[in-house]
Amino acid sequence: MQIGKEKLLWMYEKMVQIRYYEETMAAVYMEGKLPPAIQKGLAFDIGAGPVPGEMHLAAGQEPVAVGICAHLTDDDTVVGTHRPHHFAIAKGVPLNPMTAEMFGKVTGLGKGKGGHMHLFDNEHKFSCSGIIGASMPIACGTALAAKKMGKNWVSVAFFGEGAANQGAFHESLNLAAVWKLPVIFICEDNHWAISVPKPKATSVEWIADRAAGYGIPGIRIPENDAVHIFEAVAPAIARARRGEGPTLIEIKTDRYFGHFQGDPETYRPKDEVSNLRKSDPIPKLAAMLVEKQFMTPAEETAITTNMHQLVDRAFEFARQSDYPSAHDALQDVFVKGQTTTRALA
Amino acid sequence: MKPNRILTMAQAISEGIAQEMTRDANVFVMGEDIASYGGIFGATGGLLEKFGKDRIMDTPISETAFIGAATGAAAAGLRPIVELMFVDFFGVCMDQIYNHLAKNTYMSGGHVKLPVVLTTAIGGGYSDATQHSQCLYGTFAHMPGIKVVVPSNAYDAKGLMIQAIRDDNPVMFMYHKGIMGLPWMAYFEGSSNAVPEEAYVIAFGEAKIVKEGADLTIVSISQMVQKAVLAANELAEQGIHAEVIDLRTLVPLDTETVLKSVRKTGRLLIADEDYLGFGLTGEIAALIAENLDTIRLKSPIKRLAVPNVPIPYSRPLEQFVIPQVANIVLAAQQLLLQKIAHAVPA
Repeated sequence: MQIGKEKLLWMYEKMVQIRYYEETMAAVYMEGKLPPAIQKGLAFDIGAGPVPGEMHLAAGQEPVAVGICAHLTDDDTVVGTHRPHHFAIAKGVPLNPMTAEMFGKVTGLGKGKGGHMHLFDNEHKFSCSGIIGASMPIACGTALAAKKMGKNWVSVAFFGEGAANQGAFHESLNLAAVWKLPVIFICEDNHWAISVPKPKATSVEWIADRAAGYGIPGIRIPENDAVHIFEAVAPAIARARRGEGPTLIEIKTDRYFGHFQGDPETYRPKDEVSNLRKSDPIPKLAAMLVEKQFMTPAEETAITTNMHQLVDRAFEFARQSDYPSAHDALQDVFVKGQTTTRALA
Repeated sequence: MKPNRILTMAQAISEGIAQEMTRDANVFVMGEDIASYGGIFGATGGLLEKFGKDRIMDTPISETAFIGAATGAAAAGLRPIVELMFVDFFGVCMDQIYNHLAKNTYMSGGHVKLPVVLTTAIGGGYSDATQHSQCLYGTFAHMPGIKVVVPSNAYDAKGLMIQAIRDDNPVMFMYHKGIMGLPWMAYFEGSSNAVPEEAYVIAFGEAKIVKEGADLTIVSISQMVQKAVLAANELAEQGIHAEVIDLRTLVPLDTETVLKSVRKTGRLLIADEDYLGFGLTGEIAALIAENLDTIRLKSPIKRLAVPNVPIPYSRPLEQFVIPQVANIVLAAQQLLLQKIAHAVPA
């Protein structure tokens, strides 16, 4: 599939936005978490600061999100992982409520109840989960719904290479295969399942090869490159839209930050990240765009400025927003109006 | 022995495991990130260096397989310690736990012995949201066949861990993240205390009276014990003397210590970080209700727990649903003002 200028520029803009989002979050996240602001004796306090709790950032993995989402419409569904920001941004989840959610504010996607691993945006058909492998069964269900409703909508389940050893992975592949569900299973292989490297935990070099066991196509994508990914996944998305069933795709990508912010990463070779950053996919795409004369250096600067502004505004929006009131914690366990026992019309 | 050696709960747990591994070659550990990482919450810190990768085994993210494998290995004569990072993750492998690990001994008429220690992290308080903050010990205590151990401090944790490893039955060993003494999470400092170097055991089903008092009984477990002690100290300054009981294990449950204390004080507050409904607080309240022939209550029983909502992410919401020291103080003060209706004469 030939990729046009417009799509290329869209992918570039989104990647710049995602990278700056993650770098901004990395800095903001550390506010209030370091001595001397915290309990004596601690090096770091995960529960302190404006963005508390765990934080999993996806810098380096942008090409996966944009290469897939460039094929999707608003009707298609994306189910992400515990490391979800790049998927959410590429799927079009608005930055303001997404960021406010991570600050625990009432203006957040989930009114502060979900947090960064649990972002839900019905309008853009995006959700994610903090449980490894949980995206796949859910995506089977949204795909089943599309099929039952006679739509050609597709569902994308993202998951890490560690999740391919979960029961949910194997069960979902089989279910989607026997029911010919329009699901694309995208494995982001960033090599590390927290501290455990892929070869120590996974029986095959390529998880994509497991597709054969379920009688569906498997696609290996060895390059962390947005254009390459966009082109390589096109047949799988077309196949799903035609109602011919699922595909398992594995993409080799890179995790620049730790598993979570504050991860000491003692398990990781010291120079690994600096080496990975030498093949950073963002400047690579910029160079290609300039070379093809799709973007002038001045336009490149303008894109960077605009994307950074969007992100900065979202963080400002989140900071300025109010916290929910404490009693709001008791709301939303069930949907409104159906919390009491009564017969439903 | 150095008498004043202070350990964190994480250090005490890993020391207990190491001593048992040295004593018994059948003991081994498996789980996610427990080897070179030392466990995300430090419970297996330093063990890989001491015992090597054949006895300290990192697993794939395949909980049904490796927790089920612990059951199999135990049936075959080994003594596995198996860790699942967060209790919230047990959903992915519950069948192996409650239909097999918890029932195989019973179904075999007692012939199958399953000396498995299942360790896991529990608890919130640091904004880790709905899928990483629950306690759920009530859920596991509800299902017959698993002993449930939930320590509140380093000293108890070591003795209970050694006891757990030596027990021939499945034991769930649940440690609250906010008392492990991690260098990256605020914690209650009362949980780090003096721990003898030598191996020792604490029997299951023996609650501990952490603080004596005559005005009311506060029953608690895990991190909430640390909060209850702080609350009791505040109350003491106001002339209210609370007796704080740390249950230490839910299965078996030390009913006698609770009954004896409530007979003395006539007032009961149960403080818990698990969900309110169908859980620990209800169980203890029912225990008292069933024994009112020998207890003269001065006020109704009071329960503090998470009010049947998932643990929300946002700090003010989370702090609201998880009982805090101030909530315990207030509840105790209210208890002292309340009276019970007189019993109807027969």
